[in-house]
Amino acid sequence: METISGILDNKGTPLEKQKFTWKEMAGKPISKLDDDAFTRVRIILMNGVETDALRLSHGIARFNKELRLPLAEIRRVEQHQATMINWLIGADHSPLETTVAYEQVAIEVTAAVAQSEPDPYQAQTYRFGLLEDFDHLYRYSAMLDRLEGKDANNILQGYTDIVPGRKTSEHHRHPENDIRDNYEKNSAALITKIHAALITGAEYQTHDYYMNIGPLFADPLARQLYAEIASVEEQHVTQYGALSDPSESHMEKWLVHEAMEVYMYASCAEQETNPRIKAMWERFLDYELGHLNVACEWFKKLEGRDPAEVLAGPLPKMVEFKSQRDFVRQVLAAEVNLRTAGPAYVDKAKEPQSSLDYRNHLASEGLASDIVSAGYQWAPGGELMRKAS
Amino acid sequence: MATAAKVGTNFTGVQMSPKDTKRLLDAVNEIHPDVPGDERGMLVERSERNEEADRIGSVPVPGSAKGMLKTSFDMMKGKSPEVFIDKLGERLAFERNGVRLYEAMIAKARNMDTGSDLVGVLQHIRDEEFEHMMLVHAAMEKLGADPTAQTPSADVAGVMAMGIMQVLTDPRTNVPQCLNALLTAELADNAAWELLIELAQAAGHPNIADSFVKAKTQEDDHLVKIKTLMRRDLIMQTK
Repeated sequence: METISGILDNKGTPLEKQKFTWKEMAGKPISKLDDDAFTRVRIILMNGVETDALRLSHGIARFNKELRLPLAEIRRVEQHQATMINWLIGADHSPLETTVAYEQVAIEVTAAVAQSEPDPYQAQTYRFGLLEDFDHLYRYSAMLDRLEGKDANNILQGYTDIVPGRKTSEHHRHPENDIRDNYEKNSAALITKIHAALITGAEYQTHDYYMNIGPLFADPLARQLYAEIASVEEQHVTQYGALSDPSESHMEKWLVHEAMEVYMYASCAEQETNPRIKAMWERFLDYELGHLNVACEWFKKLEGRDPAEVLAGPLPKMVEFKSQRDFVRQVLAAEVNLRTAGPAYVDKAKEPQSSLDYRNHLASEGLASDIVSAGYQWAPGGELMRKAS
Repeated sequence: MATAAKVGTNFTGVQMSPKDTKRLLDAVNEIHPDVPGDERGMLVERSERNEEADRIGSVPVPGSAKGMLKTSFDMMKGKSPEVFIDKLGERLAFERNGVRLYEAMIAKARNMDTGSDLVGVLQHIRDEEFEHMMLVHAAMEKLGADPTAQTPSADVAGVMAMGIMQVLTDPRTNVPQCLNALLTAELADNAAWELLIELAQAAGHPNIADSFVKAKTQEDDHLVKIKTLMRRDLIMQTK
């Protein structure tokens, strides 16, 4: 795909033909053991994309009576797409194993985005967030090993490193240091807008997931670890949400989101290794083209403008779903000591007092992320294997 | 009956990705833990939280109006009658859950050509679990306790049973895997009845203790049946 507007000639599946049955939505899950980890990465990511589509659409409906019905019609399909996607995660994943998979999504997808993002400030923001999710993976892997006696690499399948990044205990910042500068809608590349919508949606679902499953744990350390990391995910939603231009109209944001969904389903369909899941990505790509076309028609009607004004411009190649180990290691070596001062990235020594005070109070009664990961070194089969050898 | 295991493209182990594993180990050897210590810190913190914790909940006050009015009302005896009530509540919850577990297992086994009357055996055990449930229900009523209340140990038994229920209701699990889950339940159930009889005697309720002996005998039989079914199937597949 070179441009989104180029593919608008393809009208996709008409909305009235986008149908589901309950049984297919609650269908057979993938295999935790036999499917490639990137199949699960795509599933988690696209559930995040669809739930964010619902979120945005509800937000727009609060401000626009005329759009309420068309938005509701599309939302119903998106709800069912999200269901069919999310129900592919099998029940043999413990919530903590799924958490490890969520962090793999955050690392591998954010790393891919950071490399293809043309705006240097936005790319810096992705690299900054990346090192924090990378560290979350390490803390959760330690928790999984020390709580359930399981090896996080069974989920990660060797694609993602399990070592410390920017320490989780240093992620907690004053809100004034979580707001980022935004792209300018008239000068930003389409892919910049798509990236911001994608990563914001992905982080939002991670936040919501941790908020839902954190209290399911009995272990007080696991409960607190989820509390500590969920708060960072809220900061990430704040950070990534700030990347998009607040002067974009509701319609523009809707168009960008639909374009992002098209781009992401195309990326998934291109690289999927499980034929059953590939067929689903292709089906949903056609559904999204249908949604994008509806959004374009409403854009013309309500704003009297050509959607190409928003959707024009070349797109880079599809989002690459592959191990980004080399890139992550480079970023880790170069940027682990970065902190934020307002929207600026600064060295650790220049971190504002507001963030230091904020986190010192939060940590004054102990930090689960430190306790659960003290001295943790991954080994094949878990740390007990290292200690036995 | 489905085979217990099959060879395929399981991606979880390091042997499936030797190059990636080497890179991962390189990272682990280069980038060391940033928090000193080991897992013993968790022990300290957990034990502190144990000290601070509230309890799961309480045993309801025994002696309901309904129970008190019964002529057969068996007065609460012993130092802490609530301990016995709590364990009765646990058994009731466990047996009620057991009925549902066997129903899930029957659904799993009914279309399998096992060459034996597996479904018949499962149905028999299911019906006896139901009898046991009603037996405990009656004992609790006799003591004036409320058999509809969820006692703390009943609640904890429910937490323990979650994994077994997940195994039995997952359409992807096979019969030996599910028999293994049932065996876990039956081993616990067997020991629990043994203990419950002793507790009934210690609490001064010999009649209740006597009424539980039959259940214990039937549980002995369940254990043998589940063990035998599982062993026979797996050995047949291994040979």
